[in-house]
Amino acid sequence: MNQLYAELQWLPRVPLEFSARLKALRNLAGPLGREVQALASSVLDLNQLTKLANAIGKARSEGKPLNPLTPFRLAVLSNSTIDLIVPALVASAARYGIALEVIQPSYDQVAQEALTPDSKVNGSKPDAVLFALDYRALPLKLSLGDAEVSSATVQGVIGYLLALRDGIKANSNAVCIFQTFAPPVETLFGSLDRALPGTLRSVIDGINRELTEFVLGSGDVLFDVAGLAETVGLADWHNTQLWNLGKFSFSDELVPLYADHIARTVAAIRGKSRKVLILDLDNTVWGGVIGDDGLEGIQIAQGDARGEAHLAVQRMALDLRQRGIVLAVCSKNTDEVAREPFEKHTEMLLKLEHIAVFQANWNDKATNIQAIAEELSLGLDAMVFLDDNPVERGLVRKLLPQVAVPELPEEPAYYARTLAAAGYFEAVAFATDDLKRAGFYQDNAKRANLQKQVGGVAAYLASLDMTITFQPFDATGRARIVQLINKSNQYNLTTRRYTDPEVAEAENDPAVFTLQVRLADIFGDNGMISVVICRPGEAGVWEIDTWLMSCRVLGRKVEHMMLREILDHARAAGIQKLVGAYRPTDRNKLVVDHYAKLGFTKVEEEKSGLTRWELAVEGARPESASMKIVSRGSSIAKEEFFT
Amino acid sequence: MDEPQIYARLTEIFKDVFDEDSIEVTPELSAKDVDGWDSLTHIRLILTVEKAFKIKFSTSEIGKLENVGDLVTLIKARA
Repeated sequence: MNQLYAELQWLPRVPLEFSARLKALRNLAGPLGREVQALASSVLDLNQLTKLANAIGKARSEGKPLNPLTPFRLAVLSNSTIDLIVPALVASAARYGIALEVIQPSYDQVAQEALTPDSKVNGSKPDAVLFALDYRALPLKLSLGDAEVSSATVQGVIGYLLALRDGIKANSNAVCIFQTFAPPVETLFGSLDRALPGTLRSVIDGINRELTEFVLGSGDVLFDVAGLAETVGLADWHNTQLWNLGKFSFSDELVPLYADHIARTVAAIRGKSRKVLILDLDNTVWGGVIGDDGLEGIQIAQGDARGEAHLAVQRMALDLRQRGIVLAVCSKNTDEVAREPFEKHTEMLLKLEHIAVFQANWNDKATNIQAIAEELSLGLDAMVFLDDNPVERGLVRKLLPQVAVPELPEEPAYYARTLAAAGYFEAVAFATDDLKRAGFYQDNAKRANLQKQVGGVAAYLASLDMTITFQPFDATGRARIVQLINKSNQYNLTTRRYTDPEVAEAENDPAVFTLQVRLADIFGDNGMISVVICRPGEAGVWEIDTWLMSCRVLGRKVEHMMLREILDHARAAGIQKLVGAYRPTDRNKLVVDHYAKLGFTKVEEEKSGLTRWELAVEGARPESASMKIVSRGSSIAKEEFFT
Repeated sequence: MDEPQIYARLTEIFKDVFDEDSIEVTPELSAKDVDGWDSLTHIRLILTVEKAFKIKFSTSEIGKLENVGDLVTLIKARA
């Protein structure tokens, strides 16, 4: 069974507190909509969906308000058993901001319910009626090789469906949602089943084709079950044993997926599909980090396996833009550096003119996405945010829960597919006006002004359970140390490049203080992310020769924790003053304020832009962050927890 | 898997499927003893058990189940 689809892998994993929060719904004061939607927004299996649906049903019967969820009444007519599906529909609809009420008549009463004016379905005045029909209940006469009879069979089924539709229109005027039919797995001939008129496969093909044609442009809606079954695999879609046991039309394992798709369709009918795709840049839209790897180093070339994966993301973004989805960028980078590939890289498919809002700065992504939404005058519930970094995904999900943030697999080759599978931009109708929509947002890659900061970033970071590990240079770490020293360009104060033997020299010189820094969090180990070298200067002075850091861990107060560690060692060595320098390059504007932020005093500034800074060891009080500290391999080795 | 382990796992499954924290799973327990244990929930229960123990029951085996004791016997044979 394909896990991406069966397990809805674009959704975050269910939180451990799911059961507890579900129970707590009973006692929640005020409208329940937001909490219900939050509970529905992770991956839920059939049992969890059923429990959530029960809780929603209970709230409804107790008259508890479900706003701000939008109410929607859906009648489901079927010739198969839908009892397992109905609760899944109710729970999944909440994911899309819909408070769904399902009208379910008695089993196998499709025609009666549709055609009788005061039937349960017509009487309930539903907003939409879903015809969840299985091919096994259709009047199909098979006549192998007879095109005429075959065509008449197809027309007969279409006539039946049209009659059902007319019944609904006349009596309750609900939107009709028609499902295409998933053909059976078994064939009589093999390939000939598709081509020869009168086989089950070719008759069903014909029905699906005609059905699709009469629904398009009619105001009714098509739900392509045949396409969904094809996507997951017909052999996985069908479960013959379940059909035999209780007339279940398809595998129970695909009920959550099916329900999610119905929910999307209902949400699209209500105009709730999302409208904006916000893209991270590094390792999302290209392989690598532009600030460190430069134009020559990022991977987006055709013919490069990694590059092709990211180009697929660009291609999908462009195709989405063509159908009216607005594109924006949200990247932790210097603005000019982030724009470079769009302006100069020959393999880039995305250009600045495709991007409505371009946010590249060092502020947190939640604040930036808020600014993008305000700039576009669209709600956060219209936004989708694509980012390879689980820390950034977690931050945006936590602070801006209305933004859709898909989980992404490890392998970039599947990013585009995962985004498509999530179906955020589902549409039930297409107007040529849609083609022009993206252009209305004046694609001039505007920079939105950051309004107020989104609160909660510090609390989110504290929830990451970070552990920072300090140790001096050693032989094991040397290769990575040399790599960092030679490829870090942005967060690099002095950009001194050292060879392996030179690093070994520093490692072995007792007068030189060295630090290799590692950071781990709940998402995993980031490995070595920073390197510091302090050399003895005048008596009682350490000169900070090298201070560099991976941009991936910016904004987490790592620099401050490092300064604490340096100060501890300086004190132990009888050092009274730390001296640092900032040597500007065309890549490291990011760190012009690094020493200022850490409480150093500027003592000199040259015309070249080079600045020198000093900090007295006695009395220095750097800020701290909530993380565990492990300090190894030196005279003041320790393990402590800092809050 | 030994019986106590199977019963422990089944207790979790019953609580999950029936959305009820106070179910006691004994060998004699059957549909007449539990509110909401209808044919639909029965199917959901069987499907959940199959996935939890990574086993599959045949249609005729499912048809012959009278109580939890029968279910445990089947699980022991398969898991």
